[in-house]
Amino acid sequence: MEEKPLTGRIRPGEGPVSLAEYERTGGYQGLRKALKMPPSDVIEMVKASTLKGRGGAGFATGMKWSFIPAGADAPKPKYVLANGDEMEPGTFKDRILMEGDPHMLIEGMVIAGWAIEAEAAYIFLRREYGPSADALKKAIAEAYAAGYLGKNILGSGLNLELHLHLSAGRYMCGEETGLINSLEGKRANPRDKPPFPAVVGLWGKPTTVNNVETFCNVPHIIDKGAEWYLGLSKTKDGGTKLYGVSGRVKRPGCWELPMGTTMRELLEEHAGGMQEGYKFRALLPGGASTDFLVEEHLDVPLDFSSLQQYNSRMGTGTMIVLDDKRCPIAMQVNLQHFFAQESCGWCTPCWGGLQWAEHALRKIEEGRGTPGDIEVLEETTRRLRPGNTFCALGPGAAEPLQSALVHFRDDFEQHVREQRCPWK
Amino acid sequence: MLTQEEREEIDAAVAMSGRNRAASIDAMMSVQQHRGWLSDETLADIAEYLRLSPAELDSVATFYNLIFRQPVGRHVIMVCDSVSCWLLDYETLLDHLKSRLGVEVGGTTEDGRFTLLTTVCLGACDLAPVMMVDGTQYGNLTPEKIDAILGECK
Repeated sequence: MEEKPLTGRIRPGEGPVSLAEYERTGGYQGLRKALKMPPSDVIEMVKASTLKGRGGAGFATGMKWSFIPAGADAPKPKYVLANGDEMEPGTFKDRILMEGDPHMLIEGMVIAGWAIEAEAAYIFLRREYGPSADALKKAIAEAYAAGYLGKNILGSGLNLELHLHLSAGRYMCGEETGLINSLEGKRANPRDKPPFPAVVGLWGKPTTVNNVETFCNVPHIIDKGAEWYLGLSKTKDGGTKLYGVSGRVKRPGCWELPMGTTMRELLEEHAGGMQEGYKFRALLPGGASTDFLVEEHLDVPLDFSSLQQYNSRMGTGTMIVLDDKRCPIAMQVNLQHFFAQESCGWCTPCWGGLQWAEHALRKIEEGRGTPGDIEVLEETTRRLRPGNTFCALGPGAAEPLQSALVHFRDDFEQHVREQRCPWK
Repeated sequence: MLTQEEREEIDAAVAMSGRNRAASIDAMMSVQQHRGWLSDETLADIAEYLRLSPAELDSVATFYNLIFRQPVGRHVIMVCDSVSCWLLDYETLLDHLKSRLGVEVGGTTEDGRFTLLTTVCLGACDLAPVMMVDGTQYGNLTPEKIDAILGECK
């Protein structure tokens, strides 16, 4: 039987796992072990596990922590931030962990606090996740009462205060420097990098920002070891992954499976295939800001490394499935409207380019496309390549569009040629 | 004028970090819980209490989706218009809501009962199409289900 370390305790519909239940099933054992290790050994163990960030970018977590200045001369205080903003369209995985097993996130954050010698931690949660907020508030109170948070945690000398911040909502808050600005009470514009948050983060102090699912992996890695963690996976990226599927499938949902599960298995076995009367057309593998993949790619494992050769990426691992009854150009209008609206307005290729892209796409979709519109869209995606903007929102917005221009080329041309949308 | 209760809630938000500015979003959301929305006067009162400039606070207020700078009805309906809900045809449900309430997106019913808004992905794509009413999410929506939910809102 496949192991499900992240979701094994969760009983849907029965409320969050209590502290007593969590402890009875091995909870806080990872923390107890970590507190007996030198902080640098904890970081080395996370490095050895190959854990990569589950928020979409896939950066190595142990590496990220190792960039934080350590030792007596390091700036203080240092901060641990959990990114529970989860506003990537099509993504609904972190909420399952926070609603179902909130102590796992807390334990992962306290271990991170020990590893980087932090004094304060914040969970940055989107306010729309009411049940997650309720579960976390209760779990934080339980953890303080049991000595897993606060002063001299389990007699280790570690002092860590944990706060829950409820966001007022904006996609940009999911970008780690935007998140930091938002916690400081500002607009969630990204920051210019370098310096990176590891050196200059929250209130100018060393800070690590990690995704909720990433933190939830950490207690298990420390408790059971890097070897065990690597063995959970079907590929060289260790661990399990919370995968999801939404769209016109029979059973949309989210499942914890070995890293490297193929897209076909997710679509056909776990999501039950397409609904009656609908055919598969394409999918976005990991949220709105990833490149489209089509039928020929379905047997590729959904992990960090396998998708690179197909010019796509795993992103959040929650697939969005396009069926044959919906117009791919209209889908682009929806996607680019989202990105244009959520752009913070700092970088011209992003705020200007995305509005221009949305405008051109609407023209084409409404049967008013003119020769040259498709080329304008191509030019926009080129101007949004990484390096032209301060953060990844713009380049991320370009991913579904640039791949749509390849995979749905005939549809674009037909719209312009016939001056109408064939789906209407 | 901020009420005693509102001031105490803002104080608690400031205590979380010991910094006034960091509490600005919590402060605005707390006051909005009591008043439904933030008028210019209310915004200026919060700014004065936190010792920030009103213009600066407004630039923060207008950045975030859930801070309302215009009056809203007693119940705020936010219909997800992002991609997974689009694939499940949220537009039909939005049309149903518009005609039932007699308002366009952004509008408030004449009796002040409902404001209709769209919102970005609510993170419940397995339950698409989804909407949120006063902070509670509802999924797998149909026109009949929407009518029943609205009926519960007084």
